[in-house]
Amino acid sequence: MATLELQGIRKSFGTTHVLHGIDLAVAEGEMIVIVGASGCGKSTLLRIVAGLETATEGRVIIAGADVTRLEPKDRDIAMVFQNYALYPHMSVFDNMAYGLKIRGLPKAEIRARVQQTADLLGIGQLLERKPRQLSGGQRQRVAMGRAIVREPKLFLFDEPLSNLDAKLRVQMRAEIKRLQRRLGVTSLFVTHDQVEAMTLGDRLVVMHEGRAEQVATPMEIWRAPANTYVAGFIGAPAMNFLAAELVEGGAAAKLKAGATIAFADGVHPGGEGAPLIVGIRPEHIQAGSGPGSLPLKVDLVEPLGAESLIHGALPSGETLTVRMSDCSPLAGSVLPVVLPPASLHVFDAEGRRIEAVRRRERTAAAGAVGA
Amino acid sequence: MMHGPIDATRLAAAERAAMKAEAARRRTDIVTHAILILGVVLFALPIWIVLMGSTHDVGTIARGEVPLLPGPYAVQNYLTALGEGSARTTRVPVALMMVNSFIMALLITVGKIAISLTSAYAVVFFSFPGRMVAFWSIFITLMLPVEVRIFPTFKVVSDLGMINTYGGLIIPLIASATATLLFRQFFLTIPDELVEAAKIDGAGPLRFFKDVVLPLSVTNIAALFVILFVYGWNQYLWPLLVTTSGDVETIVIGIVRMIGSEADTDWNLVMATAVLALLPPVAVVILMQRWFVKGLVETEK
Repeated sequence: MATLELQGIRKSFGTTHVLHGIDLAVAEGEMIVIVGASGCGKSTLLRIVAGLETATEGRVIIAGADVTRLEPKDRDIAMVFQNYALYPHMSVFDNMAYGLKIRGLPKAEIRARVQQTADLLGIGQLLERKPRQLSGGQRQRVAMGRAIVREPKLFLFDEPLSNLDAKLRVQMRAEIKRLQRRLGVTSLFVTHDQVEAMTLGDRLVVMHEGRAEQVATPMEIWRAPANTYVAGFIGAPAMNFLAAELVEGGAAAKLKAGATIAFADGVHPGGEGAPLIVGIRPEHIQAGSGPGSLPLKVDLVEPLGAESLIHGALPSGETLTVRMSDCSPLAGSVLPVVLPPASLHVFDAEGRRIEAVRRRERTAAAGAVGA
Repeated sequence: MMHGPIDATRLAAAERAAMKAEAARRRTDIVTHAILILGVVLFALPIWIVLMGSTHDVGTIARGEVPLLPGPYAVQNYLTALGEGSARTTRVPVALMMVNSFIMALLITVGKIAISLTSAYAVVFFSFPGRMVAFWSIFITLMLPVEVRIFPTFKVVSDLGMINTYGGLIIPLIASATATLLFRQFFLTIPDELVEAAKIDGAGPLRFFKDVVLPLSVTNIAALFVILFVYGWNQYLWPLLVTTSGDVETIVIGIVRMIGSEADTDWNLVMATAVLALLPPVAVVILMQRWFVKGLVETEK
């Protein structure tokens, strides 16, 4: 159990810059999920923490000690790999005991610790087997056991669930979360799966092209994504983005697709006519005609059972995905939809989130001017 | 009513066709077996003749007879060969030659495997300056036949005073580009994650070699052992150059030295020696085959 701190981590392979300065502070016992599309540098970051790669710049601090120059074995960490990386010629027991043996622990203690960990994971009766005699889920447990038995300061998970089938993945996801809570070990978990990220993490790091776009709790990220990348990455199906401009002194957005929508949360900063990107999640769009509604020309309906996904195009040519539970229009028909103002996310032309200027702040500012 | 006879003719036709097919199949069987038997006879006959020849007295073969049935002198011939040797090899006993051959073949095999394992390990798992130069220089020697470098090698060995020693016999044959290449290819299939898992577990390079790489290579080592042992045992040209005395003479050279002009060759002893020369490689193949089949079954991923 320990804290982890990353300070200005940069990494370049030759002239290719993979990480552009990552800062992160992880509290004791916290589960941080690093999520991003493939090639965003998330695995490289994890490997730098593990000591399998060296950072070009920056420092890695575990439990207050600078470990940037230390070998993996001297960092007191354990890692679970995507393909499990079990030693194929060793039994489950030997796989789990190997790290302890190298550290020179007495045999009796090794036996006790391995047995205890194996029982915790429900693989106590498999200790004599070889990895190839195990199912995917069991191998996964052994890989976890090998990490847990070491009682490290830090757990590192490199996409450990991607090789499992869908059902097992959900099951192991819950199990990992329960275990991590119970053991209270500080953990870094890398994944490209946003559902995994949302369900597992105390906080998420959303990475994109070597930068941490946002570090926050899952719900914060979902409710207030810092930019269009994060907004589009978290949530399935992805958020819709529509071009718009700021009108009525910052109080409303005029969509390129037609309607003008007054913001629910007040005035947004920016000049009159400033270009905006308005985001709305598919599940927040409602069917309905009347003022402010947009005609959606439906081109594909995907029924999901309880709900349907409706893909269509607006008069501006922009595409829109809608998730609705009580409506399944025919392809080719026109469905009038309404974008509820309270569910809008407003971004500037560069994709950065714009928050409304709160009324209280405005009056305070006005008061200051008045005084 | 109408289809009764038609059915009957159809049935008869089908039966005839089936019988024809059956006959054709039997003919193919006979032909393939005949070819196989011919092949076996072709390959086995010389060995049979040697085996039978080693059970007759000197005179039988000297008279030009080719014995196809066992004679009464088996025990005597083998005892003479093993214990006393032939007059033409200044009576070096074949038992000594076999020991020499065995030491040479075993040390060449062990040496080759040890050297190529470690050099492949270095080339695959470490990055150091000149790594590719090292690999390519090993690789290029693969293209050169032994005969090309045999005279420079002989010069070096004789200057070092290693003629007629085990060292001179064995050391020049130990470097093996082929085995290094084979192990390199195998090591490349070991996933990086395994190396990293070992690093995190705290295993240093030697520990990783001993605990992970070596056990995973067992199958390859067994296969190479068989091939290299036979290679070492059958060495002819190099031992011929560096051995001039009986002390380090190998069995292959011994056979050559036993055969002089037709008249004064102890053919019965030559035959017995040839049979004895066959045995160790055969034994190694049989023993190791069982072992590496087991290895194949156990370490399969």
